[in-house]
Parts: sequence; structure tokens; C-alpha cells
Amino acid sequence: MSKDSLFSKKNRKLLSDPLDDNNPITVQVLGICSALAITVQLKPAVVMALSVLVVLSVANVVVSLMRKMIPSRIRIIVFLVVIAALVILVDQVLKAFVYDVSKELSVFVGLIITNCIICGRLEAFAMANPPGKAFLDGLGNSFGYGIILIIVAFFRELLGAGTLYGYPVLEKLGLYNLGYENNGMMILPPMALVTVGVLIWWQRSRNEKLIENN
Amino acid sequence: MEELANIFIKSIFIDNMVFAYFLGMCSYLAISKTVRTSVGMGAAVIFVLGITIPFNYLLEKWVLKEGALVWISDDFLNIDLSFLSFIMFIAVIASMVQLVEMVIEKFSPTLYSSLGIFLPLIAVNCAILGGSLFMQERDYSTIIEATVFGLGSGVGWFLAIVGIAAIREKIRYSNVPPALRGLGITYIITGLMGIAFMSFMGIKL
Repeated sequence: MSKDSLFSKKNRKLLSDPLDDNNPITVQVLGICSALAITVQLKPAVVMALSVLVVLSVANVVVSLMRKMIPSRIRIIVFLVVIAALVILVDQVLKAFVYDVSKELSVFVGLIITNCIICGRLEAFAMANPPGKAFLDGLGNSFGYGIILIIVAFFRELLGAGTLYGYPVLEKLGLYNLGYENNGMMILPPMALVTVGVLIWWQRSRNEKLIENN
Repeated sequence: MEELANIFIKSIFIDNMVFAYFLGMCSYLAISKTVRTSVGMGAAVIFVLGITIPFNYLLEKWVLKEGALVWISDDFLNIDLSFLSFIMFIAVIASMVQLVEMVIEKFSPTLYSSLGIFLPLIAVNCAILGGSLFMQERDYSTIIEATVFGLGSGVGWFLAIVGIAAIREKIRYSNVPPALRGLGITYIITGLMGIAFMSFMGIKL
């Protein structure tokens, strides 16, 4: 790491920027596929966010260490090999310890490899920065990613199935006795898109410099 | 023959890559600003899927599956290399994409410059790897079935991106709330298109 200390202003910015102003999902448009597909329930969303956290921060450090050795014409293949090796590790760990969640995530664990958030950060950040900063950038971006995942999954699980993390919240509150019904639509794929769309709407109306021209 | 037609229709409409599984969303959102570029991108995806899926099918069948190496010697009956499939599939895909990139650069420089940085990103387009992983999960029995599945998924992706590009070209003239412009409205339109595509689910094949 360079001269400035771990918690200098610049480094803190690396961590906090991706949470809002430069969020990977809603602003950089990276890593959307998985964000939409596995947000039916909170549990897979949390597992996915953690897996991405591990893969992204380690891959960022590894690529950043090798950044002077990688020829630019074949850099994508190098990225993919690094990421794929890490994802295989994560996949085996998930299969060993949380088998049911890993079944539920099915192909989406494998698809972390092609999750553009990882390739995008490697290309845009790790190739040009020292390992310490790259690690912070990896952490920050995976938090930004995880936050969106958890918000979307929270609403979809609560409104669609009436549970949170598998716990039947609405049933305990007794809402069903008042004639409340689950909105089955929230579980279907299209509503994930609409939920993220509304989230973006909310974020941009709060933060006007993010508004696009058309 | 009927079986193949079923797989083709199913992979285009019912199991549509974009609307049912959200695969390839990143490039789908980033390149769908004009119909012209999205046609190029869609064609590239059909092409790459059509090549990589049969390739990966052979790899899966003769190398990776449990007991697949038996053609070398009977000692390999219990070897299961399927944990290596991610890295093998992505290697095949990345090299294929590099090939396609060189071919397009040679024969159609205009298309090459309009696709810009997104061409190498086909390699990290989840639709491509997703296609191979679904092929592995669904266990197609012949290479022809796998190829038809690949082409069908590509066509489905093509339809989706051309459709959204056409809508985005029109929506430029309408008065969208400022905070919803660009990305937000595209998400919501895609959601509505997804709801429309869900009506194909009722088709029994």
C-alpha cells in the first residue's frame, strides 16, 4: 500500500462510493443478471452476496499483483482463469457446507465467473492500482452489490411469500386473518426488474446528479 | 424432428434467456440504445452460442462427465471431472470469442467499431456461459439437440434485445419522469416485456 494510511479519506471513498454514487448495479450497470435471478428469497441473496465478496476482493488483489505482467491482448482470458479458479473454490465450499442453498442457486454460482461486476472492476480498477487499494475497491463494490441484492430480496420475499429469511413474519403479525393475501406476482421474474427499476427511480430522484439525458 | 422443433421453440419463447433467467442483462442494457447495434450484437450472440454449445457438449460428454474418460482406458471409470467444467467452458468460450472478434474486425470494420468494447465482453456475457451450464444441467441426449438449444437461446436473446432497442428508440420522444430516464425505464419496460413473454408458458409442447 502507498504512503497514506488505511483509513485515509481517499481510501474511505473507495469503500463508500460504490454504496450510492457509484453503485455497481444501479449506476455502473454491472452484475445485473445474478442480482435479478436469485432475489426471490433473502437467504440465497445473502449467500450470493458473500460469494461475490470473496471472489471479487481476492480476484482484485491477485490481478492487481500481476498487473504489470499481463499482456493487454489476452487480459480477458487471464481474468477469466483467475476468476474461474476462485469460483470453483467457492462452489465446492458451498456444496460442502450449505448444500440446499447451493442447489437453489444452481447455475448462478457458476455464473459469478461471467458476472460483469468482477470483470468490470478488474478491467477498470485492479489493472491500474496497487493491491491494497484494489482490495478496498473490491470490498466496496461487493458491499454496493450486496446491498441492492438484499433490498430487492427483502421486498420480494416479504411481499411475495410473506416471510423473511424463511421466518413467516406476516403470519405471526396475523395479517392473514385480516384478509391479506400474498402477492404471487412478486415471485415471478419480471417483478425483479420492476423492483430494481423502482429502486433506481428512488435513488435518482434523491441524487439528481445521476439523472441521464434521455 | 418434432423433438428438435420443440427444443427450439421452447428455448426461444418459454425459457427465454433474458426474460426467464435474466442472462446477458448487462450487454442487453448497455447496447440496446439503437436497433442497428443491437442487431449486430444479437447476431454475434447467436453465432457464439451456436458454436460454443456443441463444443462444450463434446467436452462434457467425452472428458468431464463421470465415467466419460472410459474411452481411454477402463481404469478411468470412476473419474468425475465435472468440477472443472466452469474453467473448461469459459476457456472454450473466451477463445471462440477472440476468433469471432478477429473475423468481424477483418470483414466488417463498421460493425466492429460500432460494437466497440462490447465484443470482448461477449466472453463475459452470462448468456453464453449460462447456455453451456444449462446444456450440462438439462443433459441433452445428442449433439444436434444441444446445438438446436444453443441456436434457439441465441434467437431468443436476439429477439429480446432488438425488441427493447426498438422501444427505446421510440421512448426518446416521450416525456419520462427525469429520475426514471435511461436505465430505470428500461428496467421497467423489460419487466413488462417479461410479463408478456410469460403468456407463452401456457403452451404445451
